[in-house]
Amino acid sequence: MDTLKMNNASAYTKPLPRPDPELKPFWDFARLGQFAAQRCRDCAHVHFPPGPVCPACLSSSQEWFATSGRGTLFSWVAFHHPYWDCVKPALPYNVVMVQLEEGPLIASNLVDENLQGLKLGMAVEAVFEAIPGDMYLPKFKLRAR
Amino acid sequence: MSTPINAALSRSVAVVGVGNAPYGSFPDKDEYALAAEAFTQALQDSGLEKSQIDGIGVCRIPSYARMGEVLGIDPRWTLTLPAHGRMSGISIVEALAALHSGIAAYIVLLYSNIGRSRRMNYGGDEMPNVWDPWGFTSPGAGHAMMFRRHMELYGTTTRQLAEISVAFRKHACLNPDAVMKKPISIDDHENSRPITAPLRLLDYCQINDGACCMILTTAERARDLRRPPVYIAGVGARDNFRDSSLPNFSADFWYAALQDVAEQAYTMAGLGTQDVNALMAYDNFSPTVLFSLEGLGFCKRGESGAFVEGGRLALGGALPSNTDGGHLSNSYMQGWALNVESVRQLRGELGARQVAGCKVVQYVAATPCTRSIIYTLD
Ligand SMILES: [Zn+2]
Repeated sequence: MDTLKMNNASAYTKPLPRPDPELKPFWDFARLGQFAAQRCRDCAHVHFPPGPVCPACLSSSQEWFATSGRGTLFSWVAFHHPYWDCVKPALPYNVVMVQLEEGPLIASNLVDENLQGLKLGMAVEAVFEAIPGDMYLPKFKLRAR
Repeated sequence: MSTPINAALSRSVAVVGVGNAPYGSFPDKDEYALAAEAFTQALQDSGLEKSQIDGIGVCRIPSYARMGEVLGIDPRWTLTLPAHGRMSGISIVEALAALHSGIAAYIVLLYSNIGRSRRMNYGGDEMPNVWDPWGFTSPGAGHAMMFRRHMELYGTTTRQLAEISVAFRKHACLNPDAVMKKPISIDDHENSRPITAPLRLLDYCQINDGACCMILTTAERARDLRRPPVYIAGVGARDNFRDSSLPNFSADFWYAALQDVAEQAYTMAGLGTQDVNALMAYDNFSPTVLFSLEGLGFCKRGESGAFVEGGRLALGGALPSNTDGGHLSNSYMQGWALNVESVRQLRGELGARQVAGCKVVQYVAATPCTRSIIYTLD
Protein backbone atom coordinates (compact mmCIF):
# COMPACT_ATOMS: atom_id res chain seq x y z
CA MET A 1 0.00 0.00 0.00
CA ASP A 2 1.40 3.34 -1.05
CA THR A 3 0.71 5.67 1.84
CA LEU A 4 1.76 9.14 2.84
CA LYS A 5 2.51 10.07 6.41
CA MET A 6 0.24 12.39 8.31
CA ASN A 7 1.59 15.76 9.23
CA ASN A 8 0.81 17.26 12.60
CA ALA A 9 -2.95 16.58 12.97
CA SER A 10 -3.73 20.03 14.35
CA ALA A 11 -2.19 21.51 11.21
CA TYR A 12 -4.37 19.51 8.85
CA THR A 13 -5.44 21.87 6.08
CA LYS A 14 -8.48 20.27 4.43
CA PRO A 15 -12.06 19.77 5.60
CA LEU A 16 -12.37 16.31 7.15
CA PRO A 17 -14.84 13.86 5.59
CA ARG A 18 -18.27 14.16 7.17
CA PRO A 19 -19.77 10.98 8.62
CA ASP A 20 -22.01 9.67 5.83
CA PRO A 21 -23.42 6.14 5.88
CA GLU A 22 -23.62 6.07 2.09
CA LEU A 23 -19.86 6.69 1.78
CA LYS A 24 -18.69 4.51 4.67
CA PRO A 25 -17.61 1.69 2.32
CA PHE A 26 -15.53 4.17 0.32
CA TRP A 27 -13.55 5.22 3.40
CA ASP A 28 -13.25 1.60 4.57
CA PHE A 29 -11.67 0.65 1.23
CA ALA A 30 -9.42 3.73 1.41
CA ARG A 31 -8.08 2.53 4.75
CA LEU A 32 -6.95 -0.60 2.87
CA GLY A 33 -5.30 1.50 0.17
CA GLN A 34 -8.02 1.00 -2.41
CA PHE A 35 -10.07 3.51 -4.39
CA ALA A 36 -13.57 2.09 -4.32
CA ALA A 37 -16.55 2.74 -6.58
CA GLN A 38 -20.01 1.29 -6.84
CA ARG A 39 -20.77 -1.31 -9.52
CA CYS A 40 -24.12 -2.64 -10.69
CA ARG A 41 -24.43 -6.39 -10.27
CA ASP A 42 -26.88 -6.54 -13.19
CA CYS A 43 -25.28 -4.38 -15.91
CA ALA A 44 -21.76 -3.74 -14.51
CA HIS A 45 -22.13 0.05 -14.73
CA VAL A 46 -19.55 1.74 -12.49
CA HIS A 47 -20.38 4.99 -10.69
CA PHE A 48 -19.07 7.32 -8.02
CA PRO A 49 -20.45 8.91 -5.91
CA PRO A 50 -22.83 6.08 -5.04
CA GLY A 51 -26.58 6.10 -5.40
CA PRO A 52 -29.55 4.00 -4.26
CA VAL A 53 -30.06 2.45 -7.70
CA CYS A 54 -27.97 1.98 -10.83
CA PRO A 55 -28.28 5.13 -12.98
CA ALA A 56 -28.05 2.99 -16.13
CA CYS A 57 -30.57 0.19 -15.47
CA LEU A 58 -32.21 1.15 -12.12
CA SER A 59 -31.21 -2.11 -10.48
CA SER A 60 -30.93 -1.84 -6.71
CA SER A 61 -28.44 -4.69 -6.64
CA GLN A 62 -25.12 -2.89 -6.34
CA GLU A 63 -21.73 -3.60 -4.82
CA TRP A 64 -18.63 -1.70 -3.80
CA PHE A 65 -15.38 -2.87 -5.38
CA ALA A 66 -11.76 -1.74 -5.49
CA THR A 67 -10.96 -0.02 -8.76
CA SER A 68 -7.46 -0.23 -10.23
CA GLY A 69 -6.79 3.18 -8.69
CA ARG A 70 -5.40 4.15 -12.09
CA GLY A 71 -6.68 6.80 -14.41
CA THR A 72 -5.80 9.74 -16.60
CA LEU A 73 -5.64 13.46 -15.96
CA PHE A 74 -8.80 15.19 -17.23
CA SER A 75 -8.14 18.72 -15.94
CA TRP A 76 -6.67 20.63 -13.01
CA VAL A 77 -6.94 23.93 -11.14
CA ALA A 78 -5.04 25.76 -8.41
CA PHE A 79 -7.09 27.15 -5.53
CA HIS A 80 -5.82 30.54 -4.37
CA HIS A 81 -8.95 31.51 -2.45
CA PRO A 82 -9.69 30.13 1.04
CA TYR A 83 -13.28 28.87 0.96
CA TRP A 84 -12.52 27.31 4.35
CA ASP A 85 -10.34 28.90 7.03
CA CYS A 86 -8.42 25.64 7.50
CA VAL A 87 -6.97 25.71 3.97
CA LYS A 88 -5.31 29.12 4.33
CA PRO A 89 -1.84 27.83 5.27
CA ALA A 90 -1.87 25.47 2.28
CA LEU A 91 -2.75 27.98 -0.45
CA PRO A 92 -2.41 27.60 -3.31
CA TYR A 93 -3.43 23.93 -3.42
CA ASN A 94 -4.34 21.89 -6.47
CA VAL A 95 -7.46 19.94 -7.35
CA VAL A 96 -7.33 17.55 -10.28
CA MET A 97 -10.04 15.80 -12.18
CA VAL A 98 -9.22 12.18 -12.98
CA GLN A 99 -10.97 9.79 -15.31
CA LEU A 100 -10.66 6.38 -13.66
CA GLU A 101 -9.90 3.41 -15.91
CA GLU A 102 -13.25 2.01 -14.87
CA GLY A 103 -15.10 5.11 -16.11
CA PRO A 104 -16.06 7.58 -13.37
CA LEU A 105 -14.78 11.13 -13.46
CA ILE A 106 -13.66 12.15 -9.97
CA ALA A 107 -12.01 15.09 -8.21
CA SER A 108 -8.91 14.68 -6.07
CA ASN A 109 -5.49 16.19 -5.39
CA LEU A 110 -2.18 15.57 -7.11
CA VAL A 111 0.67 14.96 -4.68
CA ASP A 112 3.17 16.26 -7.26
CA GLU A 113 3.18 19.91 -6.26
CA ASN A 114 4.39 21.44 -9.52
CA LEU A 115 1.57 21.89 -12.03
CA GLN A 116 3.90 23.13 -14.77
CA GLY A 117 4.23 20.52 -17.48
CA LEU A 118 0.96 18.74 -16.76
CA LYS A 119 -0.82 17.49 -19.85
CA LEU A 120 -4.28 16.10 -20.46
CA GLY A 121 -4.31 12.32 -20.44
CA MET A 122 -1.22 11.88 -18.25
CA ALA A 123 -1.33 8.59 -16.37
CA VAL A 124 -1.99 8.83 -12.63
CA GLU A 125 -2.47 6.39 -9.80
CA ALA A 126 -3.95 6.62 -6.34
CA VAL A 127 -1.89 7.04 -3.21
CA PHE A 128 -3.36 7.21 0.27
CA GLU A 129 -2.65 9.92 2.79
CA ALA A 130 -3.31 9.36 6.46
CA ILE A 131 -5.61 12.04 7.83
CA PRO A 132 -6.95 12.67 11.33
CA GLY A 133 -9.58 10.22 12.61
CA ASP A 134 -7.79 7.04 11.47
CA MET A 135 -8.81 7.71 7.89
CA TYR A 136 -6.98 7.66 4.58
CA LEU A 137 -7.61 10.17 1.81
CA PRO A 138 -7.00 8.93 -1.74
CA LYS A 139 -4.89 11.31 -3.78
CA PHE A 140 -3.07 10.79 -7.07
CA LYS A 141 0.49 10.85 -8.34
CA LEU A 142 1.85 10.90 -11.86
CA ARG A 143 2.74 7.46 -13.10
CA ALA A 144 5.14 6.38 -15.84
CA ARG A 145 3.14 4.44 -18.43
CA MET B 1 -32.01 15.64 -31.56
CA SER B 2 -35.09 16.50 -29.55
CA THR B 3 -38.67 16.44 -30.75
CA PRO B 4 -39.36 19.92 -32.18
CA ILE B 5 -41.29 22.33 -29.97
CA ASN B 6 -44.82 23.02 -31.22
CA ALA B 7 -44.31 25.71 -33.87
CA ALA B 8 -47.55 27.39 -32.82
CA LEU B 9 -45.77 28.63 -29.69
CA SER B 10 -43.48 30.82 -31.74
CA ARG B 11 -44.39 34.50 -31.30
CA SER B 12 -47.57 33.50 -29.43
CA VAL B 13 -46.37 35.21 -26.25
CA ALA B 14 -44.71 38.58 -25.69
CA VAL B 15 -42.91 40.45 -22.94
CA VAL B 16 -44.92 43.59 -22.26
CA GLY B 17 -43.31 45.02 -19.15
CA VAL B 18 -39.85 44.99 -17.58
CA GLY B 19 -38.36 46.56 -14.51
CA ASN B 20 -35.41 46.36 -12.17
CA ALA B 21 -34.63 47.57 -8.68
CA PRO B 22 -31.27 49.34 -8.24
CA TYR B 23 -28.19 47.10 -8.12
CA GLY B 24 -25.75 47.32 -5.26
CA SER B 25 -25.67 46.68 -1.52
CA PHE B 26 -28.89 47.17 0.44
CA PRO B 27 -28.48 45.73 3.92
CA ASP B 28 -31.67 47.47 5.12
CA LYS B 29 -33.92 45.83 2.54
CA ASP B 30 -35.12 42.30 1.96
CA GLU B 31 -36.03 40.26 -1.12
CA TYR B 32 -39.64 41.42 -1.03
CA ALA B 33 -38.79 45.12 -0.92
CA LEU B 34 -36.45 44.85 -3.90
CA ALA B 35 -38.94 42.71 -5.83
CA ALA B 36 -41.73 45.19 -5.13
CA GLU B 37 -39.64 47.99 -6.63
CA ALA B 38 -38.97 45.96 -9.77
CA PHE B 39 -42.63 44.96 -10.03
CA THR B 40 -43.93 48.52 -9.66
CA GLN B 41 -41.61 49.65 -12.44
CA ALA B 42 -42.57 46.75 -14.75
CA LEU B 43 -46.29 47.21 -14.14
CA GLN B 44 -46.03 50.89 -14.98
CA ASP B 45 -43.99 50.02 -18.05
CA SER B 46 -46.70 47.61 -19.26
CA GLY B 47 -49.66 49.90 -18.58
CA LEU B 48 -51.54 46.97 -17.02
CA GLU B 49 -53.63 47.20 -13.87
CA LYS B 50 -52.36 45.09 -10.99
CA SER B 51 -55.73 43.34 -10.86
CA GLN B 52 -55.13 41.91 -14.32
CA ILE B 53 -52.11 39.85 -13.17
CA ASP B 54 -53.23 36.24 -12.73
CA GLY B 55 -49.90 34.42 -12.72
CA ILE B 56 -46.86 34.87 -10.51
CA GLY B 57 -43.51 33.12 -10.75
CA VAL B 58 -40.84 33.78 -8.15
CA CYS B 59 -37.17 32.88 -8.21
CA ARG B 60 -34.73 33.13 -5.28
CA ILE B 61 -37.58 34.67 -3.28
CA PRO B 62 -38.21 32.66 -0.10
CA SER B 63 -42.03 32.56 -0.18
CA TYR B 64 -44.36 32.91 -3.15
CA ALA B 65 -47.22 33.43 -0.71
CA ARG B 66 -45.52 36.30 1.08
CA MET B 67 -44.66 37.80 -2.31
CA GLY B 68 -48.33 37.67 -3.30
CA GLU B 69 -49.27 39.18 0.03
CA VAL B 70 -46.75 42.00 -0.33
CA LEU B 71 -48.01 42.84 -3.82
CA GLY B 72 -51.69 42.16 -3.08
CA ILE B 73 -52.11 39.53 -5.80
CA ASP B 74 -54.21 36.34 -5.74
CA PRO B 75 -53.12 34.56 -8.93
CA ARG B 76 -54.38 31.35 -10.51
CA TRP B 77 -50.91 30.27 -11.64
CA THR B 78 -48.00 30.13 -9.19
CA LEU B 79 -44.48 28.91 -9.74
CA THR B 80 -41.56 28.96 -7.35
CA LEU B 81 -38.01 28.22 -8.39
CA PRO B 82 -34.78 28.11 -6.41
CA ALA B 83 -31.80 30.43 -6.35
CA HIS B 84 -29.97 29.05 -9.36
CA GLY B 85 -29.10 31.13 -12.41
CA ARG B 86 -30.35 28.38 -14.66
CA MET B 87 -33.88 29.03 -13.35
CA SER B 88 -34.40 32.32 -15.21
CA GLY B 89 -34.65 30.64 -18.60
CA ILE B 90 -36.75 27.85 -17.10
CA SER B 91 -39.20 30.39 -15.64
CA ILE B 92 -39.66 32.15 -18.97
CA VAL B 93 -40.25 28.88 -20.84
CA GLU B 94 -42.80 27.81 -18.21
CA ALA B 95 -44.59 31.15 -18.48
CA LEU B 96 -44.68 30.78 -22.27
CA ALA B 97 -46.34 27.37 -21.96
CA ALA B 98 -48.84 28.56 -19.37
CA LEU B 99 -49.86 31.63 -21.39
CA HIS B 100 -50.11 29.72 -24.65
CA SER B 101 -52.32 27.11 -23.00
CA GLY B 102 -54.58 29.72 -21.42
CA ILE B 103 -53.89 28.64 -17.86
CA ALA B 104 -52.99 32.27 -17.17
CA ALA B 105 -53.44 35.52 -19.12
CA TYR B 106 -50.90 37.91 -17.58
CA ILE B 107 -47.88 36.46 -15.81
CA VAL B 108 -45.39 38.34 -13.67
CA LEU B 109 -41.96 36.79 -13.12
CA LEU B 110 -40.00 38.11 -10.17
CA TYR B 111 -36.40 37.59 -9.17
CA SER B 112 -34.77 39.10 -6.12
CA ASN B 113 -31.30 38.65 -4.67
CA ILE B 114 -29.99 39.91 -1.36
CA GLY B 115 -26.85 37.75 -1.49
CA ARG B 116 -24.42 40.59 -1.00
CA SER B 117 -26.01 41.85 2.16
CA ARG B 118 -26.31 38.23 3.38
CA ARG B 119 -22.56 37.86 2.78
CA MET B 120 -22.81 34.81 0.55
CA ASN B 121 -19.47 33.05 0.07
CA TYR B 122 -20.47 30.59 -2.72
CA GLY B 123 -18.35 27.71 -1.53
CA GLY B 124 -17.01 25.87 1.51
CA ASP B 125 -19.43 24.98 4.29
CA GLU B 126 -22.18 27.00 2.61
CA MET B 127 -22.29 24.50 -0.26
CA PRO B 128 -21.23 21.10 1.11
CA ASN B 129 -20.45 18.43 -1.46
CA VAL B 130 -18.80 15.04 -1.73
CA TRP B 131 -15.44 16.53 -2.84
CA ASP B 132 -14.92 18.77 0.21
CA PRO B 133 -12.16 16.55 1.67
CA TRP B 134 -10.07 17.38 -1.42
CA GLY B 135 -10.95 21.07 -1.23
CA PHE B 136 -12.95 21.09 -4.48
CA THR B 137 -15.70 23.64 -3.88
CA SER B 138 -17.42 26.71 -5.37
CA PRO B 139 -19.16 27.16 -8.74
CA GLY B 140 -16.15 29.00 -10.16
CA ALA B 141 -13.89 25.98 -9.66
CA GLY B 142 -15.97 23.89 -12.07
CA HIS B 143 -15.59 26.59 -14.70
CA ALA B 144 -11.86 26.81 -14.01
CA MET B 145 -11.62 23.04 -14.61
CA MET B 146 -13.44 23.42 -17.91
CA PHE B 147 -11.37 26.39 -19.00
CA ARG B 148 -8.08 24.61 -18.20
CA ARG B 149 -9.26 21.72 -20.35
CA HIS B 150 -10.29 24.10 -23.14
CA MET B 151 -6.83 25.71 -22.99
CA GLU B 152 -5.10 22.35 -23.23
CA LEU B 153 -7.35 20.98 -25.98
CA TYR B 154 -7.60 24.04 -28.20
CA GLY B 155 -4.81 26.42 -27.19
CA THR B 156 -7.23 29.02 -25.82
CA THR B 157 -5.44 31.67 -23.75
CA THR B 158 -6.33 33.77 -20.72
CA ARG B 159 -5.75 36.90 -22.82
CA GLN B 160 -8.52 35.71 -25.13
CA LEU B 161 -10.71 35.08 -22.10
CA ALA B 162 -9.94 38.62 -20.96
CA GLU B 163 -11.60 39.97 -24.12
CA ILE B 164 -14.95 38.97 -22.62
CA SER B 165 -14.45 40.75 -19.29
CA VAL B 166 -13.06 43.82 -21.04
CA ALA B 167 -15.96 44.05 -23.55
CA PHE B 168 -18.61 43.64 -20.88
CA ARG B 169 -16.97 46.21 -18.60
CA LYS B 170 -16.99 48.62 -21.52
CA HIS B 171 -20.76 48.08 -21.75
CA ALA B 172 -21.26 48.51 -18.01
CA CYS B 173 -19.58 51.91 -18.28
CA LEU B 174 -22.50 52.91 -20.54
CA ASN B 175 -25.13 51.54 -18.15
CA PRO B 176 -26.16 53.87 -15.32
CA ASP B 177 -27.51 50.90 -13.33
CA ALA B 178 -24.29 48.88 -13.49
CA VAL B 179 -22.30 48.18 -10.34
CA MET B 180 -18.82 48.07 -11.93
CA LYS B 181 -18.05 51.16 -13.99
CA LYS B 182 -14.27 51.48 -13.94
CA PRO B 183 -12.81 50.62 -17.37
CA ILE B 184 -10.44 47.64 -17.47
CA SER B 185 -7.84 46.43 -19.96
CA ILE B 186 -6.63 42.98 -20.94
CA ASP B 187 -3.55 43.59 -18.79
CA ASP B 188 -5.75 44.49 -15.81
CA HIS B 189 -7.43 41.11 -16.27
CA GLU B 190 -4.08 39.32 -16.47
CA ASN B 191 -2.86 41.11 -13.34
CA SER B 192 -5.97 40.50 -11.22
CA ARG B 193 -5.57 38.01 -8.41
CA PRO B 194 -6.05 34.32 -9.16
CA ILE B 195 -9.06 32.70 -7.45
CA THR B 196 -9.15 29.21 -8.94
CA ALA B 197 -6.34 29.43 -11.52
CA PRO B 198 -6.52 29.65 -14.49
CA LEU B 199 -9.47 31.89 -13.52
CA ARG B 200 -8.86 35.28 -11.94
CA LEU B 201 -10.98 37.79 -10.09
CA LEU B 202 -12.05 39.49 -13.33
CA ASP B 203 -13.41 36.19 -14.67
CA TYR B 204 -15.85 36.04 -11.75
CA CYS B 205 -19.23 37.67 -11.58
CA GLN B 206 -19.72 40.04 -8.74
CA ILE B 207 -22.15 39.45 -5.89
CA ASN B 208 -24.69 42.23 -5.42
CA ASP B 209 -28.27 42.83 -4.34
CA GLY B 210 -31.04 43.72 -6.75
CA ALA B 211 -34.25 42.53 -8.39
CA CYS B 212 -35.75 42.11 -11.85
CA CYS B 213 -39.29 41.75 -13.12
CA MET B 214 -40.83 40.68 -16.43
CA ILE B 215 -44.51 40.73 -17.35
CA LEU B 216 -45.69 38.47 -20.16
CA THR B 217 -48.97 37.92 -21.96
CA THR B 218 -50.26 36.48 -25.23
CA ALA B 219 -49.33 38.20 -28.49
CA GLU B 220 -52.97 39.07 -29.07
CA ARG B 221 -53.35 40.86 -25.71
CA ALA B 222 -49.91 42.45 -26.08
CA ARG B 223 -50.88 44.44 -29.15
CA ASP B 224 -53.22 46.68 -27.15
CA LEU B 225 -50.65 47.59 -24.52
CA ARG B 226 -48.41 50.60 -23.97
CA ARG B 227 -45.07 49.28 -25.20
CA PRO B 228 -44.07 47.56 -28.45
CA PRO B 229 -44.46 43.81 -27.79
CA VAL B 230 -41.25 41.80 -27.72
CA TYR B 231 -42.11 38.32 -28.93
CA ILE B 232 -40.67 35.02 -27.78
CA ALA B 233 -39.87 33.60 -31.20
CA GLY B 234 -37.96 30.52 -30.13
CA VAL B 235 -36.91 28.57 -27.06
CA GLY B 236 -34.73 25.54 -26.51
CA ALA B 237 -33.97 23.41 -23.48
CA ARG B 238 -31.72 20.54 -22.44
CA ASP B 239 -30.57 19.48 -18.99
CA ASN B 240 -27.44 17.54 -18.00
CA PHE B 241 -27.82 15.90 -14.62
CA ARG B 242 -25.67 12.79 -14.90
CA ASP B 243 -22.51 14.36 -13.48
CA SER B 244 -24.25 16.67 -11.03
CA SER B 245 -21.91 15.70 -8.21
CA LEU B 246 -19.19 17.61 -10.04
CA PRO B 247 -20.88 20.97 -9.52
CA ASN B 248 -21.04 23.49 -12.34
CA PHE B 249 -18.95 21.25 -14.53
CA SER B 250 -19.51 19.69 -17.92
CA ALA B 251 -17.00 17.33 -19.50
CA ASP B 252 -18.00 18.56 -22.99
CA PHE B 253 -18.51 22.25 -22.09
CA TRP B 254 -22.28 21.67 -22.48
CA TYR B 255 -21.60 21.37 -26.20
CA ALA B 256 -24.13 18.61 -26.96
CA ALA B 257 -26.81 20.31 -24.87
CA LEU B 258 -26.17 23.67 -26.55
CA GLN B 259 -26.34 22.11 -30.01
CA ASP B 260 -29.67 20.53 -29.09
CA VAL B 261 -30.94 23.82 -27.65
CA ALA B 262 -29.79 25.75 -30.73
CA GLU B 263 -31.59 23.34 -33.05
CA GLN B 264 -34.82 23.68 -31.05
CA ALA B 265 -34.70 27.46 -30.71
CA TYR B 266 -33.58 28.33 -34.25
CA THR B 267 -36.05 25.90 -35.83
CA MET B 268 -38.92 27.26 -33.74
CA ALA B 269 -37.97 30.87 -34.53
CA GLY B 270 -37.17 30.25 -38.19
CA LEU B 271 -33.87 32.05 -37.61
CA GLY B 272 -30.17 31.24 -37.38
CA THR B 273 -26.99 32.62 -35.85
CA GLN B 274 -26.58 35.00 -38.79
CA ASP B 275 -29.85 36.74 -37.83
CA VAL B 276 -28.84 37.53 -34.23
CA ASN B 277 -28.15 41.24 -33.69
CA ALA B 278 -27.17 40.92 -30.04
CA LEU B 279 -26.33 37.97 -27.81
CA MET B 280 -27.01 37.81 -24.08
CA ALA B 281 -24.88 34.96 -22.76
CA TYR B 282 -25.07 33.87 -19.13
CA ASP B 283 -21.70 34.87 -17.69
CA ASN B 284 -21.44 33.79 -14.07
CA PHE B 285 -17.84 33.07 -15.10
CA SER B 286 -16.30 34.30 -18.34
CA PRO B 287 -15.60 30.84 -19.88
CA THR B 288 -19.34 30.10 -20.26
CA VAL B 289 -19.47 32.77 -22.95
CA LEU B 290 -16.89 30.85 -25.00
CA PHE B 291 -18.79 27.59 -24.52
CA SER B 292 -22.06 29.28 -25.55
CA LEU B 293 -20.56 30.68 -28.75
CA GLU B 294 -19.29 27.25 -29.78
CA GLY B 295 -22.37 25.29 -28.78
CA LEU B 296 -24.82 27.62 -30.51
CA GLY B 297 -22.67 27.59 -33.65
CA PHE B 298 -21.47 31.20 -33.76
CA CYS B 299 -18.01 29.74 -34.32
CA LYS B 300 -16.50 26.29 -34.77
CA ARG B 301 -15.77 24.05 -31.84
CA GLY B 302 -12.53 25.06 -30.14
CA GLU B 303 -12.31 28.39 -31.99
CA SER B 304 -14.13 30.67 -29.55
CA GLY B 305 -10.87 32.11 -28.18
CA ALA B 306 -9.87 33.51 -31.56
CA PHE B 307 -13.52 34.46 -32.26
CA VAL B 308 -13.73 36.89 -29.32
CA GLU B 309 -10.42 38.62 -30.09
CA GLY B 310 -10.39 42.22 -31.26
CA GLY B 311 -13.54 43.20 -29.40
CA ARG B 312 -15.98 41.16 -31.45
CA LEU B 313 -18.39 40.97 -28.50
CA ALA B 314 -18.15 44.70 -27.72
CA LEU B 315 -20.62 47.30 -28.96
CA GLY B 316 -19.45 48.16 -32.46
CA GLY B 317 -18.15 44.62 -32.93
CA ALA B 318 -19.79 41.98 -35.11
CA LEU B 319 -21.70 40.35 -32.24
CA PRO B 320 -22.43 42.79 -29.42
CA SER B 321 -23.03 40.71 -26.32
CA ASN B 322 -24.21 41.38 -22.78
CA THR B 323 -24.70 45.02 -23.60
CA ASP B 324 -25.70 45.84 -20.01
CA GLY B 325 -22.33 44.61 -18.72
CA GLY B 326 -23.54 41.11 -17.89
CA HIS B 327 -23.05 39.38 -14.56
CA LEU B 328 -19.37 40.23 -14.76
CA SER B 329 -19.90 43.99 -14.58
CA ASN B 330 -23.58 45.01 -14.49
CA SER B 331 -25.31 42.93 -11.86
CA TYR B 332 -25.54 39.40 -10.53
CA MET B 333 -29.18 38.94 -11.48
CA GLN B 334 -28.68 35.31 -12.57
CA GLY B 335 -29.87 35.68 -16.15
CA TRP B 336 -32.82 37.96 -15.39
CA ALA B 337 -31.10 41.25 -16.17
CA LEU B 338 -29.90 39.80 -19.49
CA ASN B 339 -33.51 38.98 -20.42
CA VAL B 340 -34.65 42.46 -19.39
CA GLU B 341 -31.79 43.90 -21.47
CA SER B 342 -32.94 41.81 -24.47
CA VAL B 343 -36.36 43.45 -24.27
CA ARG B 344 -34.94 46.96 -23.92
CA GLN B 345 -32.55 46.43 -26.86
CA LEU B 346 -35.43 45.41 -29.11
CA ARG B 347 -37.50 48.39 -28.02
CA GLY B 348 -34.55 50.66 -28.85
CA GLU B 349 -34.47 52.29 -25.42
CA LEU B 350 -30.81 52.06 -24.56
CA GLY B 351 -29.17 55.27 -25.77
CA ALA B 352 -25.38 54.97 -25.66
CA ARG B 353 -25.46 51.19 -25.53
CA GLN B 354 -28.21 50.67 -28.11
CA VAL B 355 -27.46 48.22 -30.93
CA ALA B 356 -28.62 49.98 -34.10
CA GLY B 357 -31.41 48.26 -36.02
CA CYS B 358 -31.79 45.58 -33.39
CA LYS B 359 -34.44 43.03 -34.46
CA VAL B 360 -33.31 39.70 -32.99
CA VAL B 361 -31.76 39.13 -29.56
CA GLN B 362 -30.78 35.74 -28.23
CA TYR B 363 -30.42 34.79 -24.57
CA VAL B 364 -28.47 31.66 -23.68
CA ALA B 365 -27.47 30.03 -20.42
CA ALA B 366 -24.92 27.24 -20.73
CA THR B 367 -25.49 25.50 -17.41
CA PRO B 368 -26.63 22.08 -16.17
CA CYS B 369 -30.05 23.34 -17.32
CA THR B 370 -29.16 24.87 -20.67
CA ARG B 371 -31.77 27.26 -22.04
CA SER B 372 -31.98 29.72 -24.89
CA ILE B 373 -34.67 32.24 -25.72
CA ILE B 374 -34.86 34.16 -28.98
CA TYR B 375 -36.67 37.50 -28.76
CA THR B 376 -37.89 39.37 -31.83
CA LEU B 377 -39.82 42.51 -32.71
CA ASP B 378 -41.99 40.74 -35.27
ZN1 LIG C 1 -27.19 -1.37 -13.88
